[in-house]
Amino acid sequence: MSVQSPISSVNDFVVRFANVNGSGSASANELFARSILRHGVPVSPRNIFPSNIQGLPTWYEVRVTEDGHLGARGGVDMMVAMNPQTWDKDVASIEPGGYLFYDSTKPMPTSKFRADINVIGVPLTAITNSTYTDPRQRQLFKNIIYLGALCALLDMDPKLVEQLIGEQYKGKEKLLSSNVHALHLGRDWALQNLKCPIGLQVKKSDKVGDRIFIEGNSAAALGAVYGGATVCAWYPITPSSSVAEAFTSHCKKLRHDPETGKAKYAIVQGEDELASIGIVIGASWNGARAFTATSGPGISLMTEFIGLSYFAEIPAVIMNIQRAGPSTGMPTRTQQCDIIACAYASHGDTKHVLLFPEDPAEAFEFAAQSFDLADRLQTMIFLMLDLDIGMNHRLCRPLKWDDARQYDRGKVMTAEMLDEPGRDFGRYLDVDGDGIPYRTYPGTHPTKGSFFTRGTSRDRYARYSEEGAVYADNMQRLVRKFETAQDMVPRPLQANAAKPTKYGVIYFGSTAPAMDEAIGLLESRGHQLDRMRIRAFPFHSSVASFIADHDFVYVVEQNRDAQLRQLIVNENGIDPVRLVPILHYDGTPITARFIANAIGDHQDHLKVTPLRKAVS
Amino acid sequence: MTYIAKPKFHHPGLPKNELGYTHRDYEGKISTLCAGCGHDSITASIIEACYELSIEPHRVAKISGIGCSSKTPDYFLGNSHGFNSVHGRMPSVLTGANLANRDLIYLGVSGDGDSASIGFGQFAHSIRRAVNMTYIVENNGVYGLTKGQFSATADRGSKSKKGVMNTDNAIDLVAIALQLGASFVARSFSGDKSQLVPLIAAAIRHKGASFIDVISPCIAFNNHAGSTKSFDYVREHNDAVNRLDVLTGRDPITVDYAPGTVQMVEQHDGTRLALRKIDADYDANDRLAAMTFLQKHAAKGQVVTGLLYVDPDSEDLHTHLDTVETPLNTLEARDLCPGTAALEKINASLR
Repeated sequence: MSVQSPISSVNDFVVRFANVNGSGSASANELFARSILRHGVPVSPRNIFPSNIQGLPTWYEVRVTEDGHLGARGGVDMMVAMNPQTWDKDVASIEPGGYLFYDSTKPMPTSKFRADINVIGVPLTAITNSTYTDPRQRQLFKNIIYLGALCALLDMDPKLVEQLIGEQYKGKEKLLSSNVHALHLGRDWALQNLKCPIGLQVKKSDKVGDRIFIEGNSAAALGAVYGGATVCAWYPITPSSSVAEAFTSHCKKLRHDPETGKAKYAIVQGEDELASIGIVIGASWNGARAFTATSGPGISLMTEFIGLSYFAEIPAVIMNIQRAGPSTGMPTRTQQCDIIACAYASHGDTKHVLLFPEDPAEAFEFAAQSFDLADRLQTMIFLMLDLDIGMNHRLCRPLKWDDARQYDRGKVMTAEMLDEPGRDFGRYLDVDGDGIPYRTYPGTHPTKGSFFTRGTSRDRYARYSEEGAVYADNMQRLVRKFETAQDMVPRPLQANAAKPTKYGVIYFGSTAPAMDEAIGLLESRGHQLDRMRIRAFPFHSSVASFIADHDFVYVVEQNRDAQLRQLIVNENGIDPVRLVPILHYDGTPITARFIANAIGDHQDHLKVTPLRKAVS
Repeated sequence: MTYIAKPKFHHPGLPKNELGYTHRDYEGKISTLCAGCGHDSITASIIEACYELSIEPHRVAKISGIGCSSKTPDYFLGNSHGFNSVHGRMPSVLTGANLANRDLIYLGVSGDGDSASIGFGQFAHSIRRAVNMTYIVENNGVYGLTKGQFSATADRGSKSKKGVMNTDNAIDLVAIALQLGASFVARSFSGDKSQLVPLIAAAIRHKGASFIDVISPCIAFNNHAGSTKSFDYVREHNDAVNRLDVLTGRDPITVDYAPGTVQMVEQHDGTRLALRKIDADYDANDRLAAMTFLQKHAAKGQVVTGLLYVDPDSEDLHTHLDTVETPLNTLEARDLCPGTAALEKINASLR
């Protein structure tokens, strides 16, 4: 079957693999993405998977992007349709002129195809069954065989793929040779039976540079290692579990005493999220750097302790890898939907510091920085990732560290300081006006510096008190501390449009790559936008200035209720009308097309509609 | 909880322990619990045990949850750091603190509402993890701060002050601790200081999860006829399995034991427990026997007190995690940060 105008593109297309969860396809699909990287061509892959172990549909999408666009694009140029259950949906998602790659062992009726796409059948099951007898081998090698066929169809260099397989199975010769053999089976069949290459092609380039390919969760975990975290307590929950698992893995390699072999870290899988954050708070209270990783439902469970951390002023770090809520929501789908829940977590008047990294490199930096911030501010720090950053490989700049960097342990009074003549230690005394008091670690001094930590109200010397003035004094100091935090957290990054404009856009976190691309698409439609990427809460004063400098500011986020916009309005007293929400919340990563269409349509509307109607 | 400090005056003639501390150095603020509360007796026993062991007060971290019992850490060891956390969550906070600095002594003080209800899970998991701690439950079978509701340790058939009959089965924290693998399990009575002090001292010296359930009548809400946690009831039904003295490798703290009826228990740190057997068949090194013994006597309505089980070869969470001897909270960037060279290798492996 053929169409008149098949898509023709070099190093710029989207391949989507439709598989069945548990079929062992993940490693083959990831190998495909890495192979393209080895050609010097940037890729942006994404897992779309169900919240079960086996049997349900799973997709893996590889965006091949010479221009380096790392956001999701939307649309599929080639569908590798390996799941009969999702066949109709998969076929329907192919762009006109695109390609359908399928297992042609069993003939398919013409009605199962589309007239405007190109169909490529490879008898994968037949090839596999004629070579392998073991059922598990048949399942696993079928994935490598289709990878081999794709190599031929896309004109990829088989040596680069073999090299990757060699690295993956280093020291396991039997596995290495059998995988290479399967790769050749698929490639040879395609070369002999199909017209290779097709319109979509991978050509060697030099656009990857020294960038690395890493998942956000792994990078954040490495940031915790470099940031000096010694205690990790966690409870498994998608999509955050791989943070703790990566921390364990990194620590095993990097954190053992060379002489004794003993661990310079402690990792405990708690019985639940409550225990995990309790362990973190206990460790932090006692002077260790500690963190937990969780997701929205875990945050819900931890809120009691989060309030204690705020009020008793105990440093701690929570890495929140957000997923679609509320309740159990969609556990394996991405959103940025815990902004309000984390910013004001717990009962009473609370405010918490949030950090919003855009990619793994920033996840690494912010994770390390979060421990300095927690110690300096003596409060809870939330590192806000989401599934899209956390569980997908991203191409990003190499991770960097300054060996001269020292940890900022904040205001900790030592025994020597306590003995200084005239020194007055009060646990909640604001001695220098920044709202941050000194603390002591347990065991510091035989007679000075001890105090009682509690979640109930107390005076500046940590003595229990229910006096209204004493309570208000403490709460006001906490406000001062939060104001101090404003200049300590990562500042927003701002970029102006090519031409002067009255419009701006604010965004954060995993939206960044799609926004970078969307700006270009909007420019091509004649829309100029200044942009600001917010990287932390509390908001820097430049956020309000940015909004004040524009007639309208779009706020792009991945949740239903415009949570960042709410926070900006609430904290900065800004007229909500001036902030136009652009919201994407179906659980898939936001795309450049979506942003450009949503903002572009609004801008077009503004040109012809009175202001009041445009914003109503 | 109070902020009223006791007067600092020390009588010059007060006896001192090996470190030169007097009893007053182990005291805290003035208790605001009801006069006659069993918890204050436990506080006194903790003070006595720490004095006798010549512990440096500031090297103790005292951690509690919420409730009458959890207020008590303010009333002893005034030079120690205390942490009154949230309801039922003392064990996790203590676990984290212990991970951060293995060199301190950790006293966890909890109540029956705190540990047997909201904190039942945390109690269980801190025990099974073998956190090196002394976990004391001040057990009065009632919620005192909220004025008299039954707790989960209240016996079925016992009556509240208002005359309501408890129809739920009781949780026996000692039985649970034995089942979960606590390496030191004891029960005592707040009114029996001669038994409780050496038990606390031994528990502090024990490496691993030490658990002591102390029946501590609530004089306001659970010290009436019909209560099985009242002073009278416990005195009438108490069956002590043994008496315990502690030898610290120095002069014996007490010497009130009879030759020929003492079982010596060598612990990992060299401390020797001298166990006086009242029941000729009782073996405090046999976990299974302890569980059976406990159940048999419970069926007869008897409250078994004393050291029910001790494992002389116990380990703790740090042993299991194989952590360095240096407290984690003292490690610095040079100990913890792998540096740029390691990062370059990691970067290279990700291309």
